[in-house]
Amino acid sequence: MIETDQLTRCYGNLTAVDALSIRVEPGQVLGLLGPNGAGKSTAMRMIAGFLVPTSGTARVCGHDVGREPLKAKRALGYLPEGAPSYGEMTVREFLQFIVRMRGLKAEAGYRQFDAVVQQLQLEEVLGLCIDTLSKGLRRRVGLAQAILHDPPVLMLDEPTDGLDPNQKHAVRQLIDAMARDRTILISTHLLEEVHALCNRVVIIAHGKLLADATPAELEARSRYHGAVSFSAPGSGMSQEMLGRLPQVAAIEVDPLDGRITVFPKPGERILEPVETLLREQGLEVSEIQLERGRLDEVFRQITTGGDGDLAGGHA
Amino acid sequence: MSPVSAVLRRELRSYFVTPVAYVFLVIFLVLAGILTFYAGDFYERGQADLQPFFMMHPWLYLILVPAITMRMWAEEAKGGTLELLLTLPLTLWQAMLGKFLAAWLFIGLALVLTFPVWITVNYLGSPDNGVILAGYLGSWLMAGSFIAIGACLSALTRSQVVAFILTALVCVLLILVGQPQVLDFFSGTLPRKLINAVAHLSMLRHFEAIARGVLDIRDLTYFLLSTIGWLITGVLLLDLKRTR
Repeated sequence: MIETDQLTRCYGNLTAVDALSIRVEPGQVLGLLGPNGAGKSTAMRMIAGFLVPTSGTARVCGHDVGREPLKAKRALGYLPEGAPSYGEMTVREFLQFIVRMRGLKAEAGYRQFDAVVQQLQLEEVLGLCIDTLSKGLRRRVGLAQAILHDPPVLMLDEPTDGLDPNQKHAVRQLIDAMARDRTILISTHLLEEVHALCNRVVIIAHGKLLADATPAELEARSRYHGAVSFSAPGSGMSQEMLGRLPQVAAIEVDPLDGRITVFPKPGERILEPVETLLREQGLEVSEIQLERGRLDEVFRQITTGGDGDLAGGHA
Repeated sequence: MSPVSAVLRRELRSYFVTPVAYVFLVIFLVLAGILTFYAGDFYERGQADLQPFFMMHPWLYLILVPAITMRMWAEEAKGGTLELLLTLPLTLWQAMLGKFLAAWLFIGLALVLTFPVWITVNYLGSPDNGVILAGYLGSWLMAGSFIAIGACLSALTRSQVVAFILTALVCVLLILVGQPQVLDFFSGTLPRKLINAVAHLSMLRHFEAIARGVLDIRDLTYFLLSTIGWLITGVLLLDLKRTR
């Protein structure tokens, strides 16, 4: 369990983290989401005990990070941003160093070492210098370091940053597999990651908590939630007809590919009426899609506090 | 104390996988030999002792110890591994102690490897080996103080160059402060008592006393206290960095 209470950190005049209170329970995978510089890493560094909060407290498994730092650190597996490790060491030396630092006894240490090396597929690179590894491998070594002592609480700062899609998938599977009875806090600015991994999302910007919800709830906040989109050549006339449907709030046409998106009025379901209308009009529709909502749009809305389109235009 | 030994082992290993250890050992041994036999009038003195050898040590340490200690914390801060290290379950003290002991043992190894000098002097004459042992002890203690200074100042900065220069500067001040020339220079302007007090801060003075074979508790205390003092300051600096 991770709890923070009014956690605050200032750098001079800048408030990097502003009275952040969150509580992550076992079984939860919480995605800490925010634009770059939102205070994600600073918050994690305080929970990990690397930085001292300006005010407020953080607890890991009930241990106050400030008062019982060693107990809190023992309960925590932490992957710092950028997965730092000692480049001149081989993977084996580095992980053995962590085993010793974690105070694992010989037998348990070996067992954990083998299990983690297998889990992260590091067998072949054990003898290689960390400096010579690719970014993806280095990230895996960092992950191995974090889970070596089988901690009840995991905190990963951008765990898939810089990985290729296959590696991302592998890391996500690993996190998924560990999620069942653990408390996991990951930070990310990748929205796809939230879908793939998290059952809860906290959005912060300028150090402040702006939203705390499940990914589905966030999607429901999107303008696109429940919208229907389709491509149909020569559908100019049907637009007018669609606009007359009582459930429809607005219609947009993508200027690039002519794809039509129909937005519902609040609380209305429009897939069926739209389909019916199209069929009645005898229009060839190659494919029709019910939108779940667009996280990127919601993210922009929440973090910029205004119209998401200003931040970059919707796709 | 397991985290201390884990840090110690890691540090020592990092000396030897990078060329640092070999470069240091070779330069230290070669310079110690050359300076002793050529600059130190080893033969001309006609005495069977290692005074010329030991008198070179403060100057060797002045250059070589900062080279060992400059990376101690600065490199970790720059490379981000400091965050990794300090979020592992160990106290700042244990981390500092592990790093200090690694460097101190390493210098101890360098001193042990100067044994040919000791063999030479025993072959040429019959020196007082007790005095030589005291000289080695004094040298090692002095190295400890130098390392503690370097460890502290390395914690101050992310730049290894800055750490090197600051350490060398503080060390040279502590060597020179007791020299008669320096004291004479200030004798006109500063009160006598202050000058005497400052003279007692001199590394050289305490080291020379031990190297002559006089094991005074005050000289030993000086090195122990200055080592511990600098290490405490280093830990405080690291702790301060976490709040800034």
